[in-house]
Amino acid sequence: MRVNFTVNGRPQEADDVWEGESLLYVLRERLGLPGSKNACEQGECGSCTVRLDGVPVCSCLVAAGQVEGREVVTVEGLADFAKQRAEGGCASGACGTSLQNAQEWQAQGTDSQTGEGTELSPIQQAFIDAGAVQCGFCTPGLLVAADEMLERNPNPTDADIREALSGNLCRCTGYEKIMDAVRLAAARQSEAV
Amino acid sequence: MDFLRPASWEEALAAKAEHPTAVPIAGGTDVMVEINFDHRRPEYLLDLNRIGDLGEWEVGEESVRLGASVPYTKIMENLRAELPGLALASHTVASPQIRNRGGVGGNLGTASPAGDAHPALLAAGAEVEVESVRGSRRIPIDAFYTGVKRNALAADELIRAVHVKKADGPQQFSKVGTRNAMVIAVCAFGLALHPGTRSVRTGIGSAAPTPVRARAAEEFLNAALEEGGFWDNGRIITPSVAKQFADLCSAACNPIDDVRGTASYRRHAVGVMARRTLTWTWESYRGARRTTEGAA
Ligand SMILES: Cc1cc2nc3c(=O)[nH]c(=O)nc-3n(C[C@H](O)[C@H](O)[C@H](O)COP(=O)(O)OP(=O)(O)OC[C@H]3O[C@@H](n4cnc5c(N)ncnc54)[C@H](O)[C@@H]3O)c2cc1C
Ligand code: FES
Ligand code: FES
Repeated sequence: MRVNFTVNGRPQEADDVWEGESLLYVLRERLGLPGSKNACEQGECGSCTVRLDGVPVCSCLVAAGQVEGREVVTVEGLADFAKQRAEGGCASGACGTSLQNAQEWQAQGTDSQTGEGTELSPIQQAFIDAGAVQCGFCTPGLLVAADEMLERNPNPTDADIREALSGNLCRCTGYEKIMDAVRLAAARQSEAV
Repeated sequence: MDFLRPASWEEALAAKAEHPTAVPIAGGTDVMVEINFDHRRPEYLLDLNRIGDLGEWEVGEESVRLGASVPYTKIMENLRAELPGLALASHTVASPQIRNRGGVGGNLGTASPAGDAHPALLAAGAEVEVESVRGSRRIPIDAFYTGVKRNALAADELIRAVHVKKADGPQQFSKVGTRNAMVIAVCAFGLALHPGTRSVRTGIGSAAPTPVRARAAEEFLNAALEEGGFWDNGRIITPSVAKQFADLCSAACNPIDDVRGTASYRRHAVGVMARRTLTWTWESYRGARRTTEGAA
């Protein structure tokens, strides 16, 4: 079947989608957006987290056909998404991330300056600055979940952060640096206002 | 496989009548796991996401009509006062991502003995509104669970809503698991005080082939509370009464040994949860009496 939906602000069309296929599979294998990770395919790890009509969900548990006509934001579109939010929406109507740009999206550089030259969302920059990324497999899901929490709750307590990220597993960091990163992003966000 | 996408409730009923083997998919948090792991290859998937009404709720005089697809997150955020037991249970389900998608309709559809909504619904008192092209009926929650992962739905029926009695007193939900998030209950317990009818209702999860009420325990406690004038005098429940109640709740279990726990552990834990939730709810009932009546 064919599925039409909006990905990172731009309309997309996926063809030859199998009826039992997940949104995660469509994003990774049909649209070439491998940012959302596939680690468990059963909702346990959160590494496939995307926003569906604004709401964080495990894309491995959404059937592709269920997203017809709906809006999905993936980690590849997070920087643009956060920018637009900061600028108060998309006035020109020409916002969003093209599929090609999303496919080619990468944080540049290899040392502690990673990300320099590429525009990152505040949460992405905070993850780098706080050293919250080790193998990086959990990172995309955590970024999407953390960004959504900061949108809802600009001044989270540690308990709020733990709760919001309780559906995202990390096998490397022990979570402390992830907590630091989210606190850092929250602090920078409140300074900016 | 075919993917059916009805745009209205009537279309959904027609599709289910035409294809009784079609598997409804709401949040997909049970269905997609089965498909991803090839445990299930239904001929038809029947998507319910386009039916807006299923995601809505109405607070009435006596009860809340909760649309089948209202996600747990919405229940926690909006219905804590009316449905405290269900809101507490909802908060223990999995993780935010899962709670944003999954809801009570899917929990009832799966009818797992470990489903967290069930003890809360049993304790509060609820009816499941189901419908087919043949008509609509309401199934009392006590008659809904018919076996391990089986329910009283006919092949052509869909769940439209759940009518849950609004709380008329304190309610609690307690769950045993290895950590706070992402835990399928080793066992769970729901308790609701109903001062209006001077009765107590219970619900036990994961400790019998289906979710069950501890009826003998309820009857014992109702009689003991009445006899001692507890509802009026608001005294602390005698430890021996609480212990007898807990023992009868344990006795209502018919658990199995599995990877999550042994049968005897489950029986024990249900007793502990019964005593604790009774203490918590009774303390809060006494507190409310003190503030409304100004008596110590
Ligand atoms: C990682 C993970 C953790 C989980 N943890 C918990 C937990 O802690 N506690 C818990 O209780 N559950 C848990 N679950 C199970 C699941 O999230 C719940 O059972 C949830 O309530 C299912 O709702 P859903 O809308 O996603 O159902 P779906 O997957 O869409 O459907 C579930 C079943 O109900 C049927 N169905 C759905 N809607 C209807 C309807 N309107 N009429 C008739 N049939 C219908 C479907 O055909 C299917 O058989 C977990 C699942 C995952 C993946
Ligand atoms: S891959 Fe979706 S939650 Fe793990
Ligand atoms: S950084 Fe490796 S899993 Fe989190």
